[in-house]
Amino acid sequence: MPLSGAPYGEHGIVLPEPFDESLKDAPIDLEVRIELFRKQHEIRQLEKRIYDLFLQGLVRGTSHLSIGMEATGAAFGVALRRDDYSFATYRGHGHTVARGVGPEPIIGELLGRATGLVGGKGGSMHLTSVEHGMMGCYAIIGAHLCIANGAAWSAKVRGTDQVAVAFFGDGATNIGAFHEAVNYAANYRLPTIFVCENNLYMEYTPIAEVTPVKHPAADRAPAYGMDATVVDGNDADAVYLAAQAAIERARSGGGPSIIEAKTYRQGGHSRADPGQYRPDREVEAWLAHDPIPMYHQRLLDLGVGEDRLTAIIGEVAAEIDRATEAAKSAPEPAAEALWTNVWADGGSQWRN
Amino acid sequence: MAELTYREAVAAGIAQEMRRDPSVVFLGEDVAGAGGVFKTTAGLLEEFGPDRVVDTPISEQAILGAAMGAAMTGLRPIAEIMFSDFFAVCWDLVANEIAKTRYMTDGMAGCPLVIRSGNGAGLRFGAQHSQSIENWAMAVPGVKVVAPSTPADLIGLMAASVRDPDPVLLFEHKALYPTKGDVPDGEIVDELGKARVLRDGSDATVVALALMVPRAMEAADMLAADGIEVTVIDVRSLVPLDTATILASVAETSRLFTVEENPRLCGWGAEICSIVGEDGFWDLDGPIVRITTPHLPLASAPKLEDLALPDADRVTATIKTALG
Repeated sequence: MPLSGAPYGEHGIVLPEPFDESLKDAPIDLEVRIELFRKQHEIRQLEKRIYDLFLQGLVRGTSHLSIGMEATGAAFGVALRRDDYSFATYRGHGHTVARGVGPEPIIGELLGRATGLVGGKGGSMHLTSVEHGMMGCYAIIGAHLCIANGAAWSAKVRGTDQVAVAFFGDGATNIGAFHEAVNYAANYRLPTIFVCENNLYMEYTPIAEVTPVKHPAADRAPAYGMDATVVDGNDADAVYLAAQAAIERARSGGGPSIIEAKTYRQGGHSRADPGQYRPDREVEAWLAHDPIPMYHQRLLDLGVGEDRLTAIIGEVAAEIDRATEAAKSAPEPAAEALWTNVWADGGSQWRN
Repeated sequence: MAELTYREAVAAGIAQEMRRDPSVVFLGEDVAGAGGVFKTTAGLLEEFGPDRVVDTPISEQAILGAAMGAAMTGLRPIAEIMFSDFFAVCWDLVANEIAKTRYMTDGMAGCPLVIRSGNGAGLRFGAQHSQSIENWAMAVPGVKVVAPSTPADLIGLMAASVRDPDPVLLFEHKALYPTKGDVPDGEIVDELGKARVLRDGSDATVVALALMVPRAMEAADMLAADGIEVTVIDVRSLVPLDTATILASVAETSRLFTVEENPRLCGWGAEICSIVGEDGFWDLDGPIVRITTPHLPLASAPKLEDLALPDADRVTATIKTALG
């Protein structure tokens, strides 16, 4: 019997709260909102394309899609400064796009091409683009929260006002590295922002079945002397406001923050998972709480013309089509690439 | 020239690099205010201040994560893992993250950092505070591994490690901390991947590391008294590995012995034996012999711990028997 009180496998259904319509009046510039709209579409359309490429047998290995969870990545992508640092998880395509990486090197990486973002050596779970502040996607749960602290510490020592953001799932809140990282950041008042994308399932198991608190990240914050913010992770405006506040706090020396963004992945955990453990009523409710059509309507309500929104969607689609074709026609890595870049000298020599 | 203890050489090596490069920072448990539980880092906080010399919580993952993130973004961190046994609680950071970053990013990001740690037995600390784990480390592609045996080598290899653009695990041997050695004046910078021939002899090549180096040298004296002259090589660096020096020596002596503190299975000597077996086979006149700690956890009782580790008597006896 889990601490939640429900028999194993009979967890309660967690339904979304209705969108907060008052956020329409939030003090966010319209052009910022257009950018939030565009980035959410860039992520959604790329993830859908990656899913199609799976079905065509072109993407091998595994992949973890963020369809339904685009608002958080998009909001931070817009709110962060170019020289800030992002550290994401294996579910990191969206966070990579959000920092400004185009679809071609991402699709190329997933197709195992030489033109891939990291030359075919990382794959779906390890997208990195240092020039975009995208310091990597990390596939072992928890470690990158500690690593983000290092980037934040470095910014402090070097006297810059850069901040570091670590995105992680609800499942990460039960691993030791989460607690080590949050304690460490709080103790040294590091400019680290911990963003939990709580999609209700650690992998296949509901987080509520394995966690004795309602908000797995936010409810742990008081133990480290921190306040936390819980936001609707499917509302880009809500996340953007929370991101702005946390970034400002970190930049000005106010220390770390925890943001818990409540969201839902519309698909399974990974390529191998159809997600059938989720009750139909829950899935239906969250499909109706989709961040993208809501935001579309919000912009219409704010007076943006449908033609402008349609044009953006079309631009994104065209770029993804172009990127897909370019990636498909790109060569595989040269055999010599196997031996390069273990060491800084470009090689892999370990003996003379 | 000054005489320093191996213990004093730790702080001297770190200080040399922190004076040279303001991006070098140092963090670990009890390293600043207390000067280290082995008193290896005394004086660093006073000289460099709390921004660059940081006392951390008991959070090995947080320590190595902080070092890694800092290394990726412009600093040159030195992190202490107090006892090398504790690598077991932060191995994710070492083996999955730090070691693989440069390859997984195809050279886009790197981790120029040093993790230094008290390694090895001899202090009667029992099975969880006495292990020699250099062989764990060398099994992971993407990290360099060094283990100095003298104060001068410690300073020089520390400097080389800090200046190296890739991650280096530097294993200090706890039982060597009180030992003394001459240290040249001025800046000392050594080179990774260079073994050192400490003694020349034509009857056999004896390869040793860290605490096993003085024991091999003592054995060489005992063997010489019986008319057997051996070459003793201090490997110093397991990754990169100076196989050329070892192979050249075996070509002269035709016999190879390794003296290893790590437990038997997959110890570093096994890799050297494999290389000599492949690349130096026709130079050999007899079997290669490994002298190791048995494949056992270490016991605390002095008598049992001493029985487990290779000592000069065992090295001497094994070599005499093998050479007939």
